[in-house]
Amino acid sequence: MATVLAGLQEGLRLLLSGDPYLWDIILRTGQVTGAALVVGSLLGIPLGALLGLTRFPGRRLVQTLIYTGMGLPPVLAGLAIYLLLSRNGILGPLDLPWIPKLFTPEAMVLAQVLIATPLIAGFTMAAVAGVDPDLRRQVEALGATRLQVAWAVLREARLGVLVSLVAGLGSILSEVGAVMLVGGNIEGSTRVLTTAILLETRRGNFDLAIGLGVVLLGLSFLVNLGATQLQGKGR
Amino acid sequence: MKQGARTRGQEPSRFTYHETVYLLEGVRKVYDGRCVLNIDRLEVRRGEILAVVGPSGAGKSTLLRLLNFLEPPDAGAITFQGNRIGRGPVPLRLRRQVTTVFQRPVLLSTTVAGNVAYGLRLRGMRDGRERIHAMLERLHLAHLARTSARKLSGGEAQRVALARALILRPTVLLLDEPTANLDPYNVALIEQTVQEMNREQGTTVVWVTHNIFQARRLAHRVAFLLNGQMVEVADTETFFTAPRDPRTGAFVRGEMVY
Repeated sequence: MATVLAGLQEGLRLLLSGDPYLWDIILRTGQVTGAALVVGSLLGIPLGALLGLTRFPGRRLVQTLIYTGMGLPPVLAGLAIYLLLSRNGILGPLDLPWIPKLFTPEAMVLAQVLIATPLIAGFTMAAVAGVDPDLRRQVEALGATRLQVAWAVLREARLGVLVSLVAGLGSILSEVGAVMLVGGNIEGSTRVLTTAILLETRRGNFDLAIGLGVVLLGLSFLVNLGATQLQGKGR
Repeated sequence: MKQGARTRGQEPSRFTYHETVYLLEGVRKVYDGRCVLNIDRLEVRRGEILAVVGPSGAGKSTLLRLLNFLEPPDAGAITFQGNRIGRGPVPLRLRRQVTTVFQRPVLLSTTVAGNVAYGLRLRGMRDGRERIHAMLERLHLAHLARTSARKLSGGEAQRVALARALILRPTVLLLDEPTANLDPYNVALIEQTVQEMNREQGTTVVWVTHNIFQARRLAHRVAFLLNGQMVEVADTETFFTAPRDPRTGAFVRGEMVY
């Protein structure tokens, strides 16, 4: 118990004193997760909208793949990206400038995109499918183009889309397996909150681990607080 | 002019030139192998209020969906303002001349003013404030402009839906039983506003109703749809006093068994 309290105290001190090691990790986590969320929503929201709004051959299959992806263990996503990017992998040997190298933040972003996209697409799809079907007909009758119809439905489903973003962010903010595999937890380069907690706990640096944990918890809390506030406004 | 014509349907508005807006020929619509609409010929004239009456399931709503180009016909031809509408996509410039107010108003989750502005925004028209305000006043909605559309009563919501349609100054306004389930105040306000728009702007109106008294009050001509077929189309006076088809007479007298 004493360890925990002391750890908490020391953790808060490090945080408030602007400890460079701690803050470097916090910033990198924000960058990697933020980038992954942006890319994931750019892919996931249109994909979810498409699945929720249209019928096309193979739609069921895509839907099933997304559902599977929603339950994908992050470490498997990491393995997939690892196999894709490693020197003996699929894309790695091509050595092209736009293909990220393993053990870089870009590789971590890629793995997190793979985790977040199915979640965002799946929740968006459900939200879009939940919009009054007569709304589409009404909007069309008012002279909307197909794109304008899709936009109107997405706007009506905005709370659900927001939930999809929170779910996506929550999943990548807290996962450790994928970033560990493809990032490698390199200090000053690919170390993020979760991998740092893992390492510092193993090293016995509980104060630092707790400090990092408090930040992670705080971030998660802020994200969800923001989401519930917005939800309240939408009512 | 005959005496009492005012109570038996409207005078032709000054916009009625007997010019054809829609011409339907051999139009069929089939759902799940069942033919729900089979119209040999129907003409909608510019500037008229055409009431479409008939029992539930007669195909009235299907007809409106076809007229609004929300669905293509399975057979036959629709000519709209001289343009033949095929099975392919209908050009936006034609689609945007027509709009529908449905029986159940479906509003967007924004303010009343936001809903009324919606169609204008779709058309890229940004500065419609004056126009929106005037339209809200006209339908006694000005005090609700900033209210969330979710907080409206049924009658208010339907007036918003009508305002949202009328502000577009459509060539054709399609009404799918817009006043069913509304109280007399809202019915009167909606009827009056549509009549005014018809007179002032020459808006062609196709008004689906199963209330024959409403048809008689408002329409220049009445069309009777039964089991997907057009039994009779006649001017209002003739329709109610001297129908050609015995089934029309039975329907008008309330004797129809269906």
